Amino acid sequence: MMEKIICTCNHENPVGTNLCEKCGRPLTTEEQEKKIVDMRYDGIAIRSKTHNKSIIDKIWNFFSSVKIGITLIIITLIAASVGTILPQEFAVRVSSESEKAAYYTDVYGWFGTLYYNLGLADLYSSWWFQIIVGMLGISIIVASIDRGFPLHRSLKNQRVKRHISFMKRQRIIAEGQPSQDGDKTLDLLEQKMKDLKYNVRREDNAILAERGRFARYGPYINHVGLIVFLGAVMLRLLPGFYVDESMWLPEGETRAITGMDGYFLHNDQFILETYDNDPQGEQLKQGVNVVAKNFQSNVTLFKQKEGAVAGQTSDLETVKSYDIRVNHPLKHDGYAIYQMDYRLNQLKTMYFDLVNKETEKSLGRVSIDLTNPQDEYVIDDNTKVQLITYLSDFAGFKDGEPQSASPNPNNPAFVFKMFTPETPEGETSFVMIGQKALEPLGENEHMMKFAGVDTRSMSGLTVRKDKTIPILAIGGLIFMIGVVIGSYWNHRRIWVEQLEDGSIRLAAHTNKNWFSLKKDLDGLTEFAHIPQYTDQADLEKVEVEKEGDNIL
Amino acid sequence: MSLLDLSGNLLFAAFICYLIATIFFGGAIKPAKTGAAPARAEQWGKWAITVTIIGFIANLGYFISRWIYTGHAPVSNMFEFTTAFGMFLVASFIVIYFMYRVAALGIVALPIAILIIGYAAMFPKEVSPLVPSLQSHWLTIHVICAAIGESILAISAVAGLIYLLKQVDLTKKSKERFWLEAVMFSLVLVVGFVVSSITFGLMGYEATYQYTDKEDVSRVIVYETPALFGMNNYVEVELVDAEKKVYEPVAEANQSFQPLVEMPAIINGKKLSTVAFSVLFGTIIYLLIRLIGRRSISAMVQPLVKKVNSQLMDEIGYRAVLIGFPVFTLGALIFAMIWAQIAWSRFWGWDPKEVWALVTWLFYAAFLHLRLSKGWEGKKSAWLAVIGFVIIMFNLVFVNLIIAGLHSYAA
Repeated sequence: MMEKIICTCNHENPVGTNLCEKCGRPLTTEEQEKKIVDMRYDGIAIRSKTHNKSIIDKIWNFFSSVKIGITLIIITLIAASVGTILPQEFAVRVSSESEKAAYYTDVYGWFGTLYYNLGLADLYSSWWFQIIVGMLGISIIVASIDRGFPLHRSLKNQRVKRHISFMKRQRIIAEGQPSQDGDKTLDLLEQKMKDLKYNVRREDNAILAERGRFARYGPYINHVGLIVFLGAVMLRLLPGFYVDESMWLPEGETRAITGMDGYFLHNDQFILETYDNDPQGEQLKQGVNVVAKNFQSNVTLFKQKEGAVAGQTSDLETVKSYDIRVNHPLKHDGYAIYQMDYRLNQLKTMYFDLVNKETEKSLGRVSIDLTNPQDEYVIDDNTKVQLITYLSDFAGFKDGEPQSASPNPNNPAFVFKMFTPETPEGETSFVMIGQKALEPLGENEHMMKFAGVDTRSMSGLTVRKDKTIPILAIGGLIFMIGVVIGSYWNHRRIWVEQLEDGSIRLAAHTNKNWFSLKKDLDGLTEFAHIPQYTDQADLEKVEVEKEGDNIL
Repeated sequence: MSLLDLSGNLLFAAFICYLIATIFFGGAIKPAKTGAAPARAEQWGKWAITVTIIGFIANLGYFISRWIYTGHAPVSNMFEFTTAFGMFLVASFIVIYFMYRVAALGIVALPIAILIIGYAAMFPKEVSPLVPSLQSHWLTIHVICAAIGESILAISAVAGLIYLLKQVDLTKKSKERFWLEAVMFSLVLVVGFVVSSITFGLMGYEATYQYTDKEDVSRVIVYETPALFGMNNYVEVELVDAEKKVYEPVAEANQSFQPLVEMPAIINGKKLSTVAFSVLFGTIIYLLIRLIGRRSISAMVQPLVKKVNSQLMDEIGYRAVLIGFPVFTLGALIFAMIWAQIAWSRFWGWDPKEVWALVTWLFYAAFLHLRLSKGWEGKKSAWLAVIGFVIIMFNLVFVNLIIAGLHSYAA
């Protein structure tokens, strides 16, 4: 059984209450000693201030503390800014772990090494940063529950008449006889308050006028929005919610879309446009000669027929054609495909002439499609070229064997075997770009002479699916609604009581924007002829008035 | 006169109006000695706000004519964005002035707007075409909304500064007095930057150096101030063939001022030289002001704000944060995330500018919580508002020019 504090007015208040829920009397000596009472949560009892026994109470109290909340905000703020001192790992264009470490040392010296070794180069995905943000999330939830519900209860059960000790300890007070129409004062006040869009409650000789109470819920609403947002961010860790892949798609090719099962994409054309302006101003200063105007991939999206074998491309249905540009991704079925990168002048087809070295006469031309090299290229009955080995990205020899670094045709090399009527047993030649051919099996009579190349562009595309976006949007919307309610509206209250002798006692409070509250009160004072109010917190004003008294 | 010239002239007219209005606002709050003073002060105030509004209309004219000329919202480079920020600052001031009618706000808000626009004018004003990622309506929506939010938040620093100028005891040595004067000094540094840029600009100073950047690539840079600090492995060069971009070292006899110190590759010697000259010029100007005034700048300004009601100033500062915070959230975070999702495929990527928008947002969130729960009002709140403005300026100047990320106008 919880203990209760019984106020002089006989109302039972929960332990921890500062101001009686019914009449507003200050219940603690601390509040009684103050000139202006603390109206922050209307003096209600909050859980964190009343329970402090079990371990759960202790954890609850830790997270409900606004001081802890602010500390967490400041720590997050500092940590986040530290991460911008040097570029983060993901922004550095090197591939392997060891290269990254070396990059920070090479470019930034000892500071770079320290930064990297402390893990600051990958700060935002570090466990400790995520724990701080997580703790901030918990703090938001706990502090909101701790204060939100008691505050709601208290705001719903407000009494009209308040005790003198409550009224006198409000920041704005007025007391005294109305200058005229003393018998109509309350009616006049009520009328004017209604004009000023206050909700007016009147009991006997007392009035409570209230406006914009819903503004008190703003902070709690925006905290709900933040929690929804943070929750959605965590959701993407679950499988199926989030796809983030990238792919290269050369012109003229159809490839399965990475991460988007059952779909294929054909690249009709990649377009790069640049401005033909004369460099000036900022552009000139930075030595940028040409500014890009447009990156565009004209693509066609295909879908596999129902029940097709995975990867089968023979039976595709056209979904749509689209021109993917920056800021204009292709959207389909919850996926979005973005134009992110490009490569120009990628080798597509290479042409070689089979030439007699002595006469320099060509016996015919072969064209090698680098994406689909054939084993044999026949020129006529007695003349042909066999492609023994194709290396797309020749990277030197290892143990006497030629090596390829990647499947991309960056540096193609070929081992040809040439058959001609003069050399029916064949001659072997190792052909590389820009270098003299090797003839490992003895000198040849013929050679493969480079005769040209077809190039094409390649689009770098990013494939995304993010099912959390709608939830994030809802979280953001709730946050904005809450923050707008809490910032652009305020909760104003005016308590008035007319005493036996006809004098008026008035007290007023607002959670923010005292300036507007005072304007309302100025209107009331004039209209109902009540005494001028004083702002007990505005010491300068009080002093000025005192000085004025002295002069008089 | 082309539309671009018109636009430039309108901006200049706005600049002059703001200068005149500042003086008028000074008249509006001059300590009253004679009996007719209040009425006269009110008259000055009316003139001041009228001139401010005329200036703002000219400023808006600049914005709109430049928008029409370039075909996109003029917020796409350092000059354009900073000018827009200055303009929105004046707009926010006008709104707050009509809410609270405090002339003292004008003598701080307008000089700050003047400094910001002056600073902006030192950057290249030529129109540069938009790269593909900027070709979006979200450029207009995101940047303008963020700039408006920041400018309203800046008003809280204006109110905070006035509060401090009135409240800090300048007769006794204290940390507060030191930092307040430091704020004044940093404002003078902006003047130093403008004066040094104009001076070397009029001299037509230019020196070209070849250097090695941090990725070991050889590049060329043009200094517009004497090179106090040299780039990594610098060699002074001159352009011998503009067509093929061929540079050759300058003969020793013809060399211009040679750097005193060579910087490592990660430090941009040119920017450092610019900063050094701004500090040099700023310090000289500051010392001159002190010599002539025989007091600290804080002490010179203090009499102008003596009559201000501190309580009201505190409330204006708080109100400005309350009004600005939601606008900033919407512009700098929510619209930013929507655009980032469309342009870069992810709504958040920990790009330095994104991080600093978050840092600014977290700072003002802390401000609001400290004020609500810890009762940080008065001086504490005023100092926080000033620090908030420092963060916004850091975001504008440092993050854009030094920490190069996706947002960098220098990228």
